[in-house]
Amino acid sequence: MNKGSTVKISGDVSIVLCGAAGQGIQTIEQILPRVLKRAGYNVFATKEYMSRVRGGSNSTQIRVSSRRVSAYLDRIDILIPLDNAAIPHLKKRISPDTVIIGDSEKLSSDLEFIDVPFSGLAKKIGGTIYENIVAVGMLSGMFRLDIEMVSDFIMKFFSKKKEDIVRNNITAFKKGYETGTDFCRSGKFCIDIGTDKEAAEEILISGSEAVGLGAIAGGCNFISAYPMTPSTGVFTFLAQHSDNFDIIVEQAEDEIAAMNMQLGAWYAGARAMVTTSGGGLALMVEGISLAGMIESPAVIYLAQRPGPATGLPTRTEQGDLEMALYSGHGEFPRVIYTPGTLEDAFYLTQKAFNVADKYQIPVFVLSDQNLADLIYNLPLPDMSAVNVERYIIKTGSDYKRYELTEDGISPRGIPGYGAGIIGADSDEHNEDGHITEDLDLRIKMVDKRLKKLDLVRAESVPPELIGNENYETLVVGWGSTHGAIKEALENIGSNDISYLYIKQVYPLHPDITDYLENAEKTIIVENNATSQFGKLIKLYLGMEFDSKVLKYDGMPFSVEELAGRISREAAI
Amino acid sequence: MNKEIFDLPDIDMAWCPGCGNFGIVSVLKEALAELEIKPEELVIVSGIGQAAKAPHYLRTNFFNGLHGRALPPATGIKAANPELSVIAESGDGDMYGEGGNHFIHTIRRNPDITNIVHNNMVYGLTKGQASPTSRKGFRTPIQVHGVFPEPFNPVAVAISLDASFVARTFIGDRDLTREILKKAIRHKGYALVDIFQPCVSFNKVNTYAWFKDNTYRLEDSHDPSDRQEAFRRATETTKLPLGIFYINSKNSFEENIPIYGKDKTPLFMRGPDREKLTHLIRSRI
Repeated sequence: MNKGSTVKISGDVSIVLCGAAGQGIQTIEQILPRVLKRAGYNVFATKEYMSRVRGGSNSTQIRVSSRRVSAYLDRIDILIPLDNAAIPHLKKRISPDTVIIGDSEKLSSDLEFIDVPFSGLAKKIGGTIYENIVAVGMLSGMFRLDIEMVSDFIMKFFSKKKEDIVRNNITAFKKGYETGTDFCRSGKFCIDIGTDKEAAEEILISGSEAVGLGAIAGGCNFISAYPMTPSTGVFTFLAQHSDNFDIIVEQAEDEIAAMNMQLGAWYAGARAMVTTSGGGLALMVEGISLAGMIESPAVIYLAQRPGPATGLPTRTEQGDLEMALYSGHGEFPRVIYTPGTLEDAFYLTQKAFNVADKYQIPVFVLSDQNLADLIYNLPLPDMSAVNVERYIIKTGSDYKRYELTEDGISPRGIPGYGAGIIGADSDEHNEDGHITEDLDLRIKMVDKRLKKLDLVRAESVPPELIGNENYETLVVGWGSTHGAIKEALENIGSNDISYLYIKQVYPLHPDITDYLENAEKTIIVENNATSQFGKLIKLYLGMEFDSKVLKYDGMPFSVEELAGRISREAAI
Repeated sequence: MNKEIFDLPDIDMAWCPGCGNFGIVSVLKEALAELEIKPEELVIVSGIGQAAKAPHYLRTNFFNGLHGRALPPATGIKAANPELSVIAESGDGDMYGEGGNHFIHTIRRNPDITNIVHNNMVYGLTKGQASPTSRKGFRTPIQVHGVFPEPFNPVAVAISLDASFVARTFIGDRDLTREILKKAIRHKGYALVDIFQPCVSFNKVNTYAWFKDNTYRLEDSHDPSDRQEAFRRATETTKLPLGIFYINSKNSFEENIPIYGKDKTPLFMRGPDREKLTHLIRSRI
């Protein structure tokens, strides 16, 4: 920390809280971003955590900014270490400009820090459990948030607790608040960040919530899944809201059951989904192939984490694109969406249900720990763009489930709706769905299934160009790298470098070829070791990226890291 | 209702002449007709194997899925539309081997489905290897020194899991099989019907004559509500009892699904409540 003159943090502040699992960081995370947003600040938060329930070192970054931000930063302006392990855990990211605020009763460090007696204050109020609310108060004070507004929020937050506990929390908040306002007054440091009226009216959600809301908007009424980090957030979200939205929620005995249950549910008229991560997807693979054969809709939310095998369970990676692309034996069409923003996580998940139903194919929504766990404020979604499209028909007595049609789509009937008999068979089958070994019919059925790929391609989601249309260098990314790439290019500030954000990796939108051809230099950014999207482009478009920016240590790209690496690659 | 309503014209059966599967399909049609279950309101779900081809040989809705995976889609179907009658039908290898985990957890879940297992103690479709219910010492082209593991006892396992309906029969006894199937289908909740059925091509040990000599009907005095006694009878080995071992009526999976508490409408007739969704989204401001 600089000595002498008062430090002034303006425009954008990165606050990091770090402690052991079980120390109450989560409560701070649940309160602080929301009250900051309600005060009109743009907020972003992300966390990195270890695969354990107690102990270790977990950290949460909260960015408070005068402009929209949606990516992880290395930079730490204010660090609140809650134990002695926190500073060594974050040492690479601590700079001389980092203001450290700690409790000397718990923290010993060679680094200079502002001593705030969190535990002492909490004990006076009723116990150390109030420490985290003292911290919320202190941070609220630093931003001079409206005391009434935050008190109100805290009261509601703890409304299920006993009256004296609510009262003590309010006292803890106010004690912390005084400490926070004092930092600027006493010349330690001041925060000066502009507010934005719009942000106050926006929603603040996580990636998991965006996918969950999108599923509800898509008419999801059945989810069968097996818990697996980092996909469990969506499963939990839908379970929490199941009573309100008539959703059947079943925790299956394994991912095989989850996938097959989903197919049974679609067969009988549900709009179903599964949520999983790579290891679970491995078990679902045969069921995905079954969806291909019986032409069943399926929605698969795949939240990636680093593999192979158990890998790094709570970290992030874009390592399962190829698996999603090739999962399932045999040849059949599919769609893979790769949202990189919370807006797209919402809209594309919603769309997944309609596309799955319309074309009777499996549709993947790819996410990862990075996207699932981050939160930021965004405008209310446009509900007029949201529609549950239904394609189930009432059948007549002469109904054939796999009628050979011009475009390959056989109208889909379900049992108990009309006079028809509905067949489904994992074997090659005739138009009624009955097993066949007629090899001429086999060709017709394969062609029928594959024809649907052309229809799906015609409806694929176009990529989004961000930056100047007359670029020299084109940076390409898909999925969760979006926020970091966008902000890195803003920081670089070059008119010559633009960014192509891919929201659907398969089948590829035809515009992608043009965008790539128009560039003198192409750079692919991926959170994996082998550039899986790069390989996909080579396979389907016959083009190769000039350079690759890859990362596979289990962490997302930070803005600074990407800005540096893209600048270097662009300059070569 | 006439059982011919379930007849399919021009079918090319893949079963060997004399196979016990023929009798099972025939008796099932009789039971369904007697229960007045219409083909359009019934779904038969199967896995893979010779027995799993059964739904192709009668006229009704069918979902012939993956090996070992009949029970999860059957559960999904019944949950999505509880108005349908659902039967999950496959062989012993499919239900007890490949699908063993689903067998255990479907019993725990208790969906209102009937689980018919054609049990011939051998793999037919793959031509004569041991199945989980093969008896010790049974020699096959793979188990050349005979089978060593303990045979899987589905009836005892189901009772130990407190299944809601557990029965075993032998297709050589058509009357008993028909009566058990009718009771199982009518039973609210998961009902296991393990049916001994000789494989005339690949099991030369457990033949019609063997099953006839080695089985007997449970006495009328057997009390199916007595779980201890049911388990004891299920573990008899010298002669194998046939009949309804155990009945434990309890809420079915579908009855425990909250959305059907007030409103029985199947899922396909429901839509998302946009107003509630807008409200939920706005709660995140």
